[in-house]
Amino acid sequence: MRLSPKTTQKLAWVAIWGSGVITIFILLFIVGYVFANGVSSLSWDFLFMQPAGGLSGEGGISTVIVCTIYLVLLTIAIVTPLGVGAAIYLSEYASDNWITRLARYGVETLAGVPSIIFGLFGFALFVTVLHFNFSILSGSLTLACLLLPTMICVTEESIKIVPRAQREASLALGATKWQTIRHVVLPAALPGIITGIILCVGRAVGETACLYVTLGGSAAMPTSLLSGGRTLSLHLYYLAMDTRAFDKAMATGVILILIIIIINTLTNWLSQRYMARVRGT
Amino acid sequence: MNRYLTDKLSHWVVLLCAFVSLLILALIAIFTFQQGFPAFREIGIVQFLTGTVWRPGQGEFGILTMILGSIYVTLGALVLSTPLGVGCAILLAEVAPHQVRGILRPMVELLVGIPSIVYGLVGMMFIVPLVREIGGTGFSILAAVIVLTAMVLPTVITISEDSIRSVPQKYKDGALSLGATRWQTIWHVTLPAARSGIITAVVLGMGRAIGETMAMIMVIGNAIRMPTSPLDPARTLTGNIAVEIMYAAGIHENALFATGVVLFVLIIALNSIAFVTRQREQEAE
Repeated sequence: MRLSPKTTQKLAWVAIWGSGVITIFILLFIVGYVFANGVSSLSWDFLFMQPAGGLSGEGGISTVIVCTIYLVLLTIAIVTPLGVGAAIYLSEYASDNWITRLARYGVETLAGVPSIIFGLFGFALFVTVLHFNFSILSGSLTLACLLLPTMICVTEESIKIVPRAQREASLALGATKWQTIRHVVLPAALPGIITGIILCVGRAVGETACLYVTLGGSAAMPTSLLSGGRTLSLHLYYLAMDTRAFDKAMATGVILILIIIIINTLTNWLSQRYMARVRGT
Repeated sequence: MNRYLTDKLSHWVVLLCAFVSLLILALIAIFTFQQGFPAFREIGIVQFLTGTVWRPGQGEFGILTMILGSIYVTLGALVLSTPLGVGCAILLAEVAPHQVRGILRPMVELLVGIPSIVYGLVGMMFIVPLVREIGGTGFSILAAVIVLTAMVLPTVITISEDSIRSVPQKYKDGALSLGATRWQTIWHVTLPAARSGIITAVVLGMGRAIGETMAMIMVIGNAIRMPTSPLDPARTLTGNIAVEIMYAAGIHENALFATGVVLFVLIIALNSIAFVTRQREQEAE
């Protein structure tokens, strides 16, 4: 039997709308499930008390929040200058030859390598060989390696968008190459770079595997870069797998989802402002 | 400071940044291979890849069961998430009215951002008991496939949507003006034109699936044995590294690095597929 084009289209529309509805359902279900099971354990005490351990996972997540902030800040402080610098070199200075192409291919490939391989590297190098032990320093360095390819790619993309004419106008006025980059290219690419940084913050907050093997998982308040710790995601894992305090794990999940919502809103707001500026309004 | 001096200086600074970045990235690859190599030499590469027994205590290292575990969950997630994801991408790019898109798009973005560990938690608390109803302990390949599908779905959606959206309007106008229905246009013109982007989306999704670690540990049961049914527990390559690296030493540690090498090779193979597809597309144009 051959269906008429109109019937085929109707069937296709049903399938397409169906997949949209299923996707929304999955999201609402995940978020709803975590909130429904986690909100009851949320309180100011939960946010501002130390985790006390024990089988029901008494206490809160104050030390975990502090550790997450330290780790994210240190990671971003390492990865931003390195990534932006490398991207500037690759897009503005490097000539287009096989070495640059190989470098780009390598960066793209490493952006897709599983985080546990970075964990393996961090564990062997930072934790064992360099004797940073399980610490925020080891964790940040490992995380910085993991995010470096992403940072380079995003920055390169946003530098590439800056029109050639703007660079040439600046050079024609007698500006040096660096003055052009510093005063013309970077300001124009800034929203893209900031979006990249926020993206990295989001990934740092959500990352578990490579921190599981470098951060140690201590629940005590971190006192220096060399003390161990656990991030929110890692805490969630320990609560679910070791302590088996599932309601606290869900509450931690609620916090994580809220952070992601804030990050997404921020990115959207930034890119909208950027678009408005590009259109010249 | 003289601006020509600044110019020279900054050239060197960014060159240094690029050099250090690329050095670190190269180091990660070299280090993994170099640490994994002794395992290949001592255990034998064939024995390592095809052995089904993994007993570090007795010096037996075979990772076939884990290779299969990783491949099964990845293929399962691929089969489920590709039609769903591409369907949703078509909806977002071509079919849905503006308002629907305004609601759906932020939802997909949220789905991208939710940490994988949260997917793992929901899987462990909800999917695993559900699978237990069918049979077995619930910690199984099936549960892992369901969790992974939800996890890679947004990746497939966003990248496919971008590529569908970048198909030039004149292609579609041409088809429509010849009397094709909207669906015929999508099926015969838009999707073929967006093919390379959709393949990239699926490949990246597969990469994410193979690389997922902690969420898999939470739902797959981590048993080292030959999986024979979707209800059986299994262990993934990534899970094997995460579970054992903390107490591994000597040849055991090398064997875990060798597991990393296998993962590395799988990812490079996947990326090359995406790379070649894109290259061909560019040549065709």
